[in-house]
Amino acid sequence: MTTSSFLRASALLAFTTLVLPAFAHDYKIGALKIEHPWTRATPGGAKVGGGFMKITNTGVETDRLISGSAEVAKALEIHEMKMEGSTMKMRALDKGLEIKPGETVELKPGGYHVMFLDLQAPIKDGERRKGQLVFEKAGKVDVEYKVEARGAAASSDHSGHGAHDAHGKKAP
Amino acid sequence: MNALRIIRLTVWACIGVLTVALGYLLLAPQPDTGSGVASIGGPFRLAASDGTVVESEKLKGRPFAIFFGFTNCPDVCPTSMLEVTNDLVALGDKAKDFRVYFVTVDPARDDLKLLKEYTASFDPRIIGLVPKDEAELAAIAKAYRVIYRKVETPTSYTMDHTATIYLMDAKGAFSGTLDTKETPAIRQAKLKRLIDKS
Repeated sequence: MTTSSFLRASALLAFTTLVLPAFAHDYKIGALKIEHPWTRATPGGAKVGGGFMKITNTGVETDRLISGSAEVAKALEIHEMKMEGSTMKMRALDKGLEIKPGETVELKPGGYHVMFLDLQAPIKDGERRKGQLVFEKAGKVDVEYKVEARGAAASSDHSGHGAHDAHGKKAP
Repeated sequence: MNALRIIRLTVWACIGVLTVALGYLLLAPQPDTGSGVASIGGPFRLAASDGTVVESEKLKGRPFAIFFGFTNCPDVCPTSMLEVTNDLVALGDKAKDFRVYFVTVDPARDDLKLLKEYTASFDPRIIGLVPKDEAELAAIAKAYRVIYRKVETPTSYTMDHTATIYLMDAKGAFSGTLDTKETPAIRQAKLKRLIDKS
């Protein structure tokens, strides 16, 4: 091994160690960046689950998350949940979820989520689940959801950009 | 006694009477009924996921918690049930006979078998209750002042619903609520107080 190839190998190793964490969990499609899709383990018998992530539009045009699919579910819808007083309300977003240029939209418990409907099997803690997201302009992208424990308020991803997501609530 | 002195005494007497009256209004215990605020709770008799029929009359003597939800609920229902499970576990022996009733507002999809599987995945002290028809559901929802509404979605439907856990005392009277925004310490203190006073 020559010095230069050794240096190159070292640089590559350093690059993969620093830049690519154990589970590189960001996706890019067109001008969109999708960070850390995750979901939660489901209770016994439950036929639905929620998928969460952060989507950033780095482009100059508004895009929309309009549909998708998940391996574990027969259907997927894009929903908004909110509490009005003590009443929980959930609505399907007819026109999809809008992501304006320069904006980051977070799908998270208690707010926007992709809803997995008619689950074919329970979602279990520690698993990964495959899915696809469809955007109006950027098109289709395959993603993988990290499964967190039931009731998790955020994902415990400590790698790369995900760390900021996981601790978002604690940040000043 | 001159006129001025009489006026002064009269004024002081008035102040005294008003002070006592005001004090009584502020400090006297409020009556339990007839205060103009409708009560929460009422009699019910519903099929339960443990194979029994739960009758509110027979619950007298033991406090309980009651929640209205449905299994096709991705967030607030499982989160509430998980939290109350954690609370019961944290209370240890004290809560060993406590019951949490999960009344489905979606009896069209949630049958007893499904609710049994659902509640069992949290804690055996959580019991699913299934109204047999719309009238039974409407009656208990009205008694507990719970709102529920079916909302269509592109491929299915969801239910808007009140997502408060009601605490009912040993007499079957409303005693308070548990909220997912509260800390576990606060929720557990409320549960402990409810169990202790019974």
